[in-house]
Amino acid sequence: MRRLPRKDVVIVGLGWTGAIMGYELCQAGLQVVALERGPWRDTASDFNIGTAPDELRYAIRNELFVRPSQDTVTARNTPDQTALPIRRWGSFLPGNGVGGSGVHWNGHTWRFLPSDLNIRSHYKERYGEGIFPENHMIQDWGIGYDELEPYYDKFEYLCGIAGQAGNIKGQIQPGGNPFEGWRQRGYPTPPLKMQLNQDLFTKATTELGMHPFPLPAANMSQAYTNPLGVTQAPCTYCGFCERFGCANYSKSSPQTTILPVLMRHPGFEARTECEVMRVLMSPDGKTATGVTYIDAQGQEWEQPADLVILAAYQLWNVRLLLYSGIGKPYDVSTGEGVVGKNYAYQANSSVNGFFDDKLFNSWAGAGALGMTCDDYQGDAFDHTGLNFVGGANINGTTFHARPISARPVPPGTPRWGSAWKKATRDNYNTSTNVGSQGSVMSYRDCYLDLDPTYKDRLGRPLLRMTFDFKPNEERMSAYVTEKMVPIMRAMGAKHIVASPKKGPWSVVPYQTTHNTGGAIMGDNPRTSAVNKFQQTWDVPNVFVLGASAFPQNAGYNPTGTVGALAYYAADAIKGQYLKNPGQPLVQA
Amino acid sequence: MTTPRGTRRRFLFATTALMGLVGTATARTIEGLPWTSNEVYPPPEARPGPWLFLTADEGAAIEAIVDRLIPADELGPGGKEAGCAVFIDRQLAGPYGRADGVYMQGPFPPNPLPTQGFQSPLTPAQAYRKGLAGLAAHVARNFGGRKVPQLSPEELDRLLTALEKREANSPEFNGGEIFDLIHNNTMEGFFADPIYGGNRDMVAWKLIGFPGTRYDYRDVLAKTGTRYTMPPVSLLGRPEWRRVGARG
Repeated sequence: MRRLPRKDVVIVGLGWTGAIMGYELCQAGLQVVALERGPWRDTASDFNIGTAPDELRYAIRNELFVRPSQDTVTARNTPDQTALPIRRWGSFLPGNGVGGSGVHWNGHTWRFLPSDLNIRSHYKERYGEGIFPENHMIQDWGIGYDELEPYYDKFEYLCGIAGQAGNIKGQIQPGGNPFEGWRQRGYPTPPLKMQLNQDLFTKATTELGMHPFPLPAANMSQAYTNPLGVTQAPCTYCGFCERFGCANYSKSSPQTTILPVLMRHPGFEARTECEVMRVLMSPDGKTATGVTYIDAQGQEWEQPADLVILAAYQLWNVRLLLYSGIGKPYDVSTGEGVVGKNYAYQANSSVNGFFDDKLFNSWAGAGALGMTCDDYQGDAFDHTGLNFVGGANINGTTFHARPISARPVPPGTPRWGSAWKKATRDNYNTSTNVGSQGSVMSYRDCYLDLDPTYKDRLGRPLLRMTFDFKPNEERMSAYVTEKMVPIMRAMGAKHIVASPKKGPWSVVPYQTTHNTGGAIMGDNPRTSAVNKFQQTWDVPNVFVLGASAFPQNAGYNPTGTVGALAYYAADAIKGQYLKNPGQPLVQA
Repeated sequence: MTTPRGTRRRFLFATTALMGLVGTATARTIEGLPWTSNEVYPPPEARPGPWLFLTADEGAAIEAIVDRLIPADELGPGGKEAGCAVFIDRQLAGPYGRADGVYMQGPFPPNPLPTQGFQSPLTPAQAYRKGLAGLAAHVARNFGGRKVPQLSPEELDRLLTALEKREANSPEFNGGEIFDLIHNNTMEGFFADPIYGGNRDMVAWKLIGFPGTRYDYRDVLAKTGTRYTMPPVSLLGRPEWRRVGARG
């Protein structure tokens, strides 16, 4: 192993959180190196209008995602089963390369509800201890919404999020989300133009007494120049967002918001195709001294650094902690330990509607084009007597109609032959969908650890995922989906098919890349891996960013909260940690 | 025909696929904004012609099957004319057929849970070879010594229905598995961009009304709910854009 010159900071992974932290720490005058195991990617060279709208290549063969042959996880539903590797991605799609998941996302950019962050104490106070499901591990985040608000704002203005505020400094705004937490000002750009689905959804939900508002979108409704001076272009509604890089500079990503400035910063350097093996520790195990990584030639390097930032995808952050011996691994038999605990996911559902007389043209869409209702989100509604914790947003979205994957036909239609062909033709443009995105709570037997059998290409144990949808989530999804059917009926569908989320969780159909937990934040080192600044309790010069910090998942896409927490951690490092390096920011 | 551009693209594609396994790719230190790296190119166009992976018998069987899965009828051409068999052959001859990028390390337990998904040690190319051999034997046994392409449309439909419903499965022959593979790849080929060899002349996109890769639909958002009348465009452009006398 060859040893490189010391840096102030080494960042593992150059996606959203790595780019945000890299920029903030470079601005503080530090020398920063980011190690990214995937390739360099940029709009001009990698996401070309002449090649980007290729469903087979990007959405079916998964070109932008990490190859399972390079890294995957093993999966099972319960601890008594034998986990097997996910050999081809299905349920979720971890990103790869510079930009990470910020390249291939749809752009739904949410703030969690204030009551999502203190969920345990909030529900306990409102409903009593009896509301919590069996074997739950639901915890407060250790941070309040008011503390996080300025950082949500900062991330939204970095991205230029298109939306309509619902609550500015406590004043409810017409057309916005009346259930959202307060915000200091409106969104940086106005909402996107809406499609037929959204027009019908808005009318239907309004008639039903709900409160529709535009889904906050990282797709540009107009040109926008962010505070770093980086400009994005208006979205053209091409319908190739999720699983694709945007060829049009219209979807907020590290590439379109921050890398053009960061890459030219004299304090910054990125090394691509370099896979970090582990965090190196001092002999007493109290301080990280850097990381080791393997480059594309197979050469191993030591990169010494004073500060180590884990900014990989949620799964890989947890795995690096386990490899490095940072934090006590979670033990399902005792419930003790913190690294790997509280793995959670998202419980989504849909209601398909088949119409006679409407042309939805759903191929003209954007990743986050939609109208939403939060009437059944989080604790925005009364859970008394409902026997579940959590909720979901209800969406009418139009984000694509790519024909290999989006060809709904009514149940009972054959899968092939002339009858299939006719039904496919008749329904392709005359059907639409209402969806819900639901919370998933944390449970004692849903967790991440290292697999005893399967190894990655470098001989390291794969991460093992033990997860299932529990009765609490099935009841939540059934309740919310039942609220979606009348919406679809009011929209005018002739035939309606409702699909609430049900277990067992399967690795096969795509569901969502909203994996959370495993290195959760909190106010107690016995029950969390990191403090509210995402600093590890045990090793103060290691910070772990991203959705791995979520103690359970809310009914929203994670990126807005991931970005806000990264800015929050960066401020704490700049304002507090660097004055007294190596010290915990929160006393245990 | 291989253009210099195509050659370079293939080289880059191969490098990316093998990244980290052999020493062909180069780790890079990046300061400033590089203009090129993984320069992106369209895939090489798959054209009709001799099979690259399938044998003559296998190719004939696939052609017969894709033409029943997607029959030629009053709505338009069938799977064979649309190029679905060409698509499948070219996919099997390439990275997909080799299971590039798929996690293929053992052990492979015999009875995975249905929730654990794909757990076969066979690459798609190997699964086709084995499945089509099993299918040929099954057909010879059950249809008087004949081959798949010699069956009538009604007999083929009966065969495919039995495969789909797992009624033809035996210890030697997993008929359901080969049916699902062919069905899935046929649909991919029919609806994918024509550059991959299926969906010839965008027949599938014309059938359902998908405009393809037009990229800018701001005009559609200005008049929602109305019929879109512009013809589809693929990564290859439109057939009439090609020079008169040019191939394809």
